Amino acid sequence: MSLLRANDIYGGYGGADILNGASIAVDKDEIVVIIGANGAGKSTLMKAVFGLLHVRSGEVVYRDAPITNGRPETMVTRGIAYVPQEHNVFPSLTVQENLEMGGYALKGDLRPRLETVYGLFPRLAERRRQEAGLMSGGERQMVAMGRALMIEPSLLMLDEPTAGLSPRLIDETFQRIASIRDLGIGVLMVEQNAKQALAIADRGYVLATGANRFEDTGPNLLANREVAEMFLGG
Amino acid sequence: MYTLIELMQLSIYGIVLGSILTLGAIGVSMIFGILRFAHFAHGDLLTVGAYCGLGFLSLTGAPVWFALPAGMAGAAVVAVLVDQAVYRQIRRTQPVILLISSFGMGLIIRSVVQVIWGPDVYSYPGGIQRPWQIWELSIIPNHVWILLAAVVLVALLHLFLTRTRLGKAMRAMSDNMDLALVTGIPAERVIMITWIIGGALAAGAGVLLGMDSRLTPMMGWSTLLPIFAAAIVGGIGRPYGAIAGGMLIGLAMEISTLFIDPSYKLAVAFVIMVAVLIVRPHGILKGAW
Repeated sequence: MSLLRANDIYGGYGGADILNGASIAVDKDEIVVIIGANGAGKSTLMKAVFGLLHVRSGEVVYRDAPITNGRPETMVTRGIAYVPQEHNVFPSLTVQENLEMGGYALKGDLRPRLETVYGLFPRLAERRRQEAGLMSGGERQMVAMGRALMIEPSLLMLDEPTAGLSPRLIDETFQRIASIRDLGIGVLMVEQNAKQALAIADRGYVLATGANRFEDTGPNLLANREVAEMFLGG
Repeated sequence: MYTLIELMQLSIYGIVLGSILTLGAIGVSMIFGILRFAHFAHGDLLTVGAYCGLGFLSLTGAPVWFALPAGMAGAAVVAVLVDQAVYRQIRRTQPVILLISSFGMGLIIRSVVQVIWGPDVYSYPGGIQRPWQIWELSIIPNHVWILLAAVVLVALLHLFLTRTRLGKAMRAMSDNMDLALVTGIPAERVIMITWIIGGALAAGAGVLLGMDSRLTPMMGWSTLLPIFAAAIVGGIGRPYGAIAGGMLIGLAMEISTLFIDPSYKLAVAFVIMVAVLIVRPHGILKGAW
């Protein structure tokens, strides 16, 4: 049984379909990465899973329960967290307030969860009183991930978590994502830095024009000559 | 010397007017931040609050200051009812539709007030107060209480916004609506609390305005424009900016009477607003809130 399965998804933003039968599955303890050219429907697929755009046909199943076209707030209470690519922090709130908001949907004591997030991102602990909008891109990405982790998700969905970061920060971010997986959380992410993402991924999907082109383990996709030519820059 | 005293005297009036405008402008700013439309019925919530306070006093014979909590409760209820009955139904339409609807709601509220209380002018019990003479200045006791009440209300709001879960959620929604949605913040609950607070603060402004002068069904409507000027000067959507905006507009309006005819006060408010926007297009305060 997979944690999350999306089967044969069709849908878009109201006009023509962007997704044309894409399917993915994520298990707990694994990092699954979606790669593909611009416009292949990677982010769209993630939004469709989270209920942010209408799935016209196909089904999304989470822990054996259908959640197709569910409302985003119910996704959160089920244990699915989503980090958008941009505008993913509350800029006028402090780091700590951002994290508290992340935990809003889950009742109970926030302190142990705050400690977990601060343990994972020590830099956030140092800057807990800083306004998130005044932080660097890398720090903001940490706030965004920390915010999502505050509901103690079983599945974490990340839309291009390394976009716009320096090479050093990209490495650091991927290491963090690996340690999030080691907490037993399933991670589904869309990535442009395909090579590095596949290197830490357990499995990967290559999307083209809204449908699956390849799917395999991370290392196998990295070794695949066709994938390399098309998406990994030769 | 004479002008200096005059200036200080007018500054006192300006601070009193400013604190009344501030209470109105905070609500306008919060509602804009969360619901993204200019609420034109806000002035009439002020009127509702003032009259609810008056009604409570005449029913119970309670001391005049009980008008404040009674008016705040009344206007908060009206604000939530109007939102649920009207604005909620058209939440997903364009802002201009909400704006015009709120214009109409203001008209309806004003008419209802006039149907219940009539077009007569009322005032709160208490009569004319003897001003305190301090040095060359004369200070009306009510002005001190008005300022004090406004400071307490703003302080309570600040505590709510920075210390409570719901208050932080309000700031979060105003910051980034889409992210609030995917974070699982309950939007409708936050919207309701926004109306409760916005309505209550408007009523605070209404009761204080009533104490400073008199109650008429038009009192709120005619205060709406400087309230908007204050909210915009402060950077609309930022309640803390509204405090600075309210004070600036209030002071400018009163001090201007030193130089020009008092009937141009409102124009002064807008000249200040335009001047500030030319220099600082996002309002006088830095940062998002």
